[in-house]
Amino acid sequence: MIDLRVEFAGLVLKNPIITASGTFGFGLEFSSFGDLKRLGGIVVKGLSLKPREGNPMPRVAETPCGMLNAIGIQNPGVEAFLRDKLPLLPWRETAIIANMYACTVPEFGELAGVLSGEEGVAALEVNVSCPNVTHGGAVFGQDPTQIRKVTEEVKKRAKGKPVIVKLSPNVTDIALCAQAAEDGGADAVSLINTLLGMAVDIRTRKPTLANVLGGLSGPAIKPVALRCVHQVCRKVSIPVIGIGGIVSAEDALEFILLGAAAVQVGTANFLRPDQSFRIIDDLPRAMIKAHSDSLGELRGSLKLP
Amino acid sequence: MVERNCREVKVREVRFLGTWDEPSDFVELTLDNPGWESYRPGQFAMLRAKHWGLELPWGRPFSISRVDAESVTFFVQVVGRGTSRLARLRPDDVVIIWGPLGNGFSAPPATPTLLLAGGMGIAPFRGYIENHPSPEFLHLLFAHRASIDFYPYLNMSEKVRAESIQERSPDDLPLIIARLEAAMDEYEGGLVLACGPTPFLRTVQAHALKKNIRAEVSLEKTMACGVGACLGCVCKDGQGKHVQVCARGPVFATADVQI
Repeated sequence: MIDLRVEFAGLVLKNPIITASGTFGFGLEFSSFGDLKRLGGIVVKGLSLKPREGNPMPRVAETPCGMLNAIGIQNPGVEAFLRDKLPLLPWRETAIIANMYACTVPEFGELAGVLSGEEGVAALEVNVSCPNVTHGGAVFGQDPTQIRKVTEEVKKRAKGKPVIVKLSPNVTDIALCAQAAEDGGADAVSLINTLLGMAVDIRTRKPTLANVLGGLSGPAIKPVALRCVHQVCRKVSIPVIGIGGIVSAEDALEFILLGAAAVQVGTANFLRPDQSFRIIDDLPRAMIKAHSDSLGELRGSLKLP
Repeated sequence: MVERNCREVKVREVRFLGTWDEPSDFVELTLDNPGWESYRPGQFAMLRAKHWGLELPWGRPFSISRVDAESVTFFVQVVGRGTSRLARLRPDDVVIIWGPLGNGFSAPPATPTLLLAGGMGIAPFRGYIENHPSPEFLHLLFAHRASIDFYPYLNMSEKVRAESIQERSPDDLPLIIARLEAAMDEYEGGLVLACGPTPFLRTVQAHALKKNIRAEVSLEKTMACGVGACLGCVCKDGQGKHVQVCARGPVFATADVQI
């Protein structure tokens, strides 16, 4: 029996597979497709202080080996999440990570204050990288100084809960952003968020998305994600959570070999809604393929030329 | 409007039971029954052929046309990359399916009910007619563009009162709309159910609201997950709030949705 447990940033997960924000709802939508208690963690849909209606339709488009989205953080607000969703989640068994979206440093602080008072919230993930709302996260995510300030503010209000900063790849040097998060006191960074993209419909001569621009995710971005995780792992000493195009246990191991403590599975949840559970089932077999029975031994063992 | 949970819904891998025909733009897709004991006509399922690989990461939503002990049937019109691949399935190809999803149409017994189908919107009404407790109260009005031979209409018209009307050119539209509205006028106090293209549904909704006729429309949206998570298929409800068509619909009372 291979031990899949991972421990980092004060979190103890039964395996390194976490579902990514925005692709797994509040978890409950998937409870018929697998036992949520089997997941390493669930990052819930991005939460804001007040409910948000999100962007106009259409706001998703399928692209080769991926998809674009410009949902715009539609969510019922943090209070509704705490009241209606969190009590139904198996938070004693599976780490429930709250993804936070805000437009200003004080708002991020307030949101962190609300969420960190909840026993059922295992960690906070700071969305400084959502490219969809023009006045929002993109400003923070592309400026290391802002990343550090937001991290400091959230950390101050986190009441000791681990703070994970989710980084955008839409920058010149993502390692500098990771460094800024570390300097601000982040317990971990997660990367990458979506790559800014666009799709065009030649029949209507319009952008496919009403928002014009959207975030690209899915297997198409995995090479970019691997590169970013590699660069960040070499730069910072805090744990790194790898995200980007993971659809299989093999994909997950690729990120772990680079040094990732855990991974998040996003667009793969749309391939079929039980895909994250299948990846967990498959992990031991993939580890044997990589000639190891220990995630600790595999982690960061990339052989560079 | 009840938000239905899908606790009993599972992902299954099932065989394509069709034969290999020349690919057509209209395909009857029959799969092994994935273990469904019941469904509500108007519900849908997500389909994704196992051999698609990663190029198309999304399943495709289709209204469930009929279910029997052995099989489940969908009608698919080729409109893009996913549907053209589904039209080329070969016998014993494996399809990943999750469903039944969504809410489905009301089926009150002994209520005069008008079924308005536009094109492929006829799909859910096949099972609706087969499962209805009092089919003698049903009336099917089918508006279509392609030849009637492409649709399961003849099979259905044997079971209930039915009429069809073909749009051969855009000039036919005013006549078709007038026929739809006249038919609806006979169902004040009854129920009107509609499934078809968006402009068709808008026409039905406008007339239902104007004449205060109880009506339900089944919406069609591009979907990524089909289970309420991705928020890619939202429409606006009666209050202007975004709601997921997959989880809160696809069937909406005409007063509860903006089309």
